Amino acid sequence: MAETLRHASVAIGEALPPLACPPVTRTMLALYCGASGDHNPLHVDIDFAREAGLDDVIAPGMLVMAWMGRTLTAQIPQAAIRSFATRFHAMTRVGDAITCTAKIVEKTVDGGEPRVRVAVEARDQRGELKAAGDALIALPA
Amino acid sequence: MIDRKHIGYTSPPFTTEIERGRLRFFAQAIGETDPIYTDEAAARAAGHPSLPVPPTFFFCLEMDRRAPYGWFEDLGIELAKVLHGEQQFVYHRLAHAGDRLRFDSTVVDLYERKGGLLEFVVQDNVITNQRGERVAEFRRTLVIRHG
Repeated sequence: MAETLRHASVAIGEALPPLACPPVTRTMLALYCGASGDHNPLHVDIDFAREAGLDDVIAPGMLVMAWMGRTLTAQIPQAAIRSFATRFHAMTRVGDAITCTAKIVEKTVDGGEPRVRVAVEARDQRGELKAAGDALIALPA
Repeated sequence: MIDRKHIGYTSPPFTTEIERGRLRFFAQAIGETDPIYTDEAAARAAGHPSLPVPPTFFFCLEMDRRAPYGWFEDLGIELAKVLHGEQQFVYHRLAHAGDRLRFDSTVVDLYERKGGLLEFVVQDNVITNQRGERVAEFRRTLVIRHG
């Protein structure tokens, strides 16, 4: 699909292949904590999370956004991504299995560059919206 | 409540070098399987000088500064009350392993909602490479929960 996405031929509403992520585990959160450099204990330390008024640790929003980003880069060369934004709607907890979806919602030309706006969402196994945003992507004409 | 005088607060400029091993570790942590993010040869075959920095990792690199939450202390923000509300990136060019990136971070807005139950902190970051080229900007919006 990456080679065939062209501005002239893509249609509004066209979806990118969804990305189904494995359920969040504590090991996954520990690895992300180390690899990302975000050592906020809210994501790995249940004692801290409880003191913060939560039942358990929560996944970093940026892990969910990283998965949303993978949904894009699996289909589009990263250099074509002009912007990428998301709003975090709900906490992602241990056991949640996130699926990211993306679809083309707008075709534009900006400064002579053909672009599409891609809406990206992350939902859990119950369909609860965790994060939603969009990306502006440059496409060959 | 965070004093509005902190609008304009700047963190100390921070520069860091992108390490290959760190990019591989991050790729593993987010389940990335595309070899251009982990395999130097695959990256070069795809036209990259080295492993590219993936889209959200710029946010992470900024936290490699010596005291990533130092600005929370300066503004009087309690870490346990903070949630990530929004995140935006604007990209100008890719960065790769071996690049040195400079981060300039400024608090650009502070406001409250729901009668002060929620406070919002907006911080802008400008990322420049070793050639002085603008690589990206990102904006993080944090939500502080009171009660």
